[in-house]
Amino acid sequence: MTAPRLLVAASPHLKAPLSTARIMWTVTASLLPVLAAAAWWFGVSALVLVAATVLGAAAAERTFVGPGRLRDGSAVLTGVLLALSLPPGLPAWMAFVGGAVAIALGKAVFGGLGQNVFNPALIGRAFLQAAFPVAITTWARHRQGFFSLAGDTFALPFTVPHPLDGTTAATPLGAFKFEGHATGFLDLLVGDTGGSLGETCDLAVLLGGALLVALRILSWRVPVAVWAAVAALSALLHAVLPADAAWHCPDAASMLVSGGLSLGAVYMATDPVTSPITRTGSWVFGAGVGVLVVLIRVFGGLAEGVMYAILIMNALVPFIDRATQPRVFGTRAAPQEAKP
Amino acid sequence: MFRAARATFRHGVHPPEHKELTGAAPIRRMPFPSEVVLPVRQHAGKPAQVVVKPGDHVERGDVVAQADGFVSSPVHASATGTVTDVGWWPHPDGSSCPAVRVAVEAHSSQIARERRVPDWKGLSPEQIVRAVQDAGVVGLGGAAFPTHVKLVPPKDATITTVLLNGCECEPFLTTDHRLMAEQPERVMHGVRIMMRALGVPKAVVGIERNKPDAIDAMTAARPTDLDVTVLPLTVKYPQGAEKMLIEAVLGVEVPSGRLPMHVGVVVQNVASAATIAEVFETGQPLVERVVTVTGRGVRRPGNYVVPVGTKLADVLEFCGGLTEDAREIVFGGPMMGVAQGRLDVPLTKGTTGVVVLTDADVRADDALPCIRCARCLDACPVYLNPSTLGQLARVERWEDMERAHLADCMLCGCCSYVCPSRIPLSQLFAVGRGMLKRRRATP
Repeated sequence: MTAPRLLVAASPHLKAPLSTARIMWTVTASLLPVLAAAAWWFGVSALVLVAATVLGAAAAERTFVGPGRLRDGSAVLTGVLLALSLPPGLPAWMAFVGGAVAIALGKAVFGGLGQNVFNPALIGRAFLQAAFPVAITTWARHRQGFFSLAGDTFALPFTVPHPLDGTTAATPLGAFKFEGHATGFLDLLVGDTGGSLGETCDLAVLLGGALLVALRILSWRVPVAVWAAVAALSALLHAVLPADAAWHCPDAASMLVSGGLSLGAVYMATDPVTSPITRTGSWVFGAGVGVLVVLIRVFGGLAEGVMYAILIMNALVPFIDRATQPRVFGTRAAPQEAKP
Repeated sequence: MFRAARATFRHGVHPPEHKELTGAAPIRRMPFPSEVVLPVRQHAGKPAQVVVKPGDHVERGDVVAQADGFVSSPVHASATGTVTDVGWWPHPDGSSCPAVRVAVEAHSSQIARERRVPDWKGLSPEQIVRAVQDAGVVGLGGAAFPTHVKLVPPKDATITTVLLNGCECEPFLTTDHRLMAEQPERVMHGVRIMMRALGVPKAVVGIERNKPDAIDAMTAARPTDLDVTVLPLTVKYPQGAEKMLIEAVLGVEVPSGRLPMHVGVVVQNVASAATIAEVFETGQPLVERVVTVTGRGVRRPGNYVVPVGTKLADVLEFCGGLTEDAREIVFGGPMMGVAQGRLDVPLTKGTTGVVVLTDADVRADDALPCIRCARCLDACPVYLNPSTLGQLARVERWEDMERAHLADCMLCGCCSYVCPSRIPLSQLFAVGRGMLKRRRATP
């Protein structure tokens, strides 16, 4: 018998079918309900912003990480997530810059996929918040018709945006914090409010997240920990802080469904690269995010705190991991006896 | 009673079983090849010492290499014939090894010469252990640790249970399955002799639930005068690893760095038990074993009794040859087995299977950096952090790996199997172990 061209590889010789690229593309695909909700509430501007951030992220990935690496899907996912965290009326060129910065400063400078400390999409958003503080806190109204462009979507780069009088509205969190006006729970749940593209419709986010949990792609521990911490702390603060005080807190249910909490808890805080690798660490990390969100929302100068809460906890991940390493098999402290 | 509700360990993986290819195929005898090649290293421990020279006539069952000390095992001629050469020959572990080549006598009846078979009931434990060593019996589950060594517990250990390993958790393999289904009495007889040698009152046979016919046959064949239990276990890899099996059956963890004996358990493979029974029935030493030849890359898969030392080419030829898309030939299971680069390697005592994988089986994705997805942590049966260990290996921080419990790794491959970035984690760990060993050897 003649010898065939034999492969001689190390064991194991079989591999589980799930690959990193498939994980990234599946997560991206699971955002389709969120994208649909964004298009429903904010019209075509939402889709233009998504295209702009994805283009920016892809261009930066190609330039700084390498052309072949677009296939792993992580840059496109970062772009989509960034867009979903932006206000609908943001000029598209800013979104493009944000996408490029997310990959360049959020990922490439650390060494590319898997090496970054902070969530790249949130780095992009933090950059936009610092660079364009007005534009990123200008919230175009929702339900303006699908083809009516929200605000300054096609403003030329570096022009002064014209004022959006009459077509802007406060986000529910802003309305509560600065005007003492509460939004109805159901409106918050379906997204019939102002806000960032992907954050208003919690139902769509939960649908995507549930799909990923069912496919065993998403770690459910982090979002559950975030929600538990937010619910517990806001219930406490809602009870102790008087409604007419300088600092007061919405009830727990409103806290859970307003702002970017769902999007952040399900899609940002769960980024495996920038969250703890241990199970115990995931609980600690999620709880930390939840506590910081409530503290920033109630006591901070900003109405919303999800972005900074996650970025701060990102920075603590190495310490959390170190403190929560698994106990190695057979290293239980007390000696044990066979109990047949 | 055992915690049957648990019946498994934590973590692990469940790869596609692929046992349908040979699970129902009765064990058949493979004809003698024209030549057998008998490496002196077919067991863990010191290699055997050759006692024949070219030109010698040997009969099936004659010693061709004798054990070198207690943790060693002799090698017997697996066929009657003439020694043609004693020299280096490719070994299935990828290295070369001194081996005795025997040209098999074409028209020999291959009936072993008459032996005096002592009645095991009249033997002391020491004499049983001696007979097991003389017969060259080693663990037939793949690791090939000399069986007799595990029948002599150290003075400070009290053995309470013999655990018979009938898990066969590797995908594709069905040798233990068929042996238990077809020859349960023989396996149980071996169990009886082991219990006698160890002076142990209790034995448990652990069998994964995907072998219901084996579970039924073994349960029916239980000796009525002894405390022997057959325990069905969850189908999960690596259920057949000693420490995992002990956790599943007894609910205890073998302490890090210690042996099963430390928790009062001796684990033996069911095929080893059957071989011991054979030794005391006919006096035949370990000269043949059941091998599963399988995979979609081989035309006639099946379970075969193969003379030890039969070359891979002869086995494949008997099994109808390779298919067009055959790509990788693995000795052992696909999770821990060793890929073969040439067809003249002999099957040894530790060869549980010949798995021929196709292009579709070994299709590879791009290797990507670790995304810290934690799948490896969730898979590792000994609760290591393979992600961190892998990153330490990439920067050659071997001592740091040692501190991160590299020594507890069983190289089971669960981490590599699940890694979506296709990082060869267990391979890196094997390299790390090798580097540490080398550094210790050269201070």
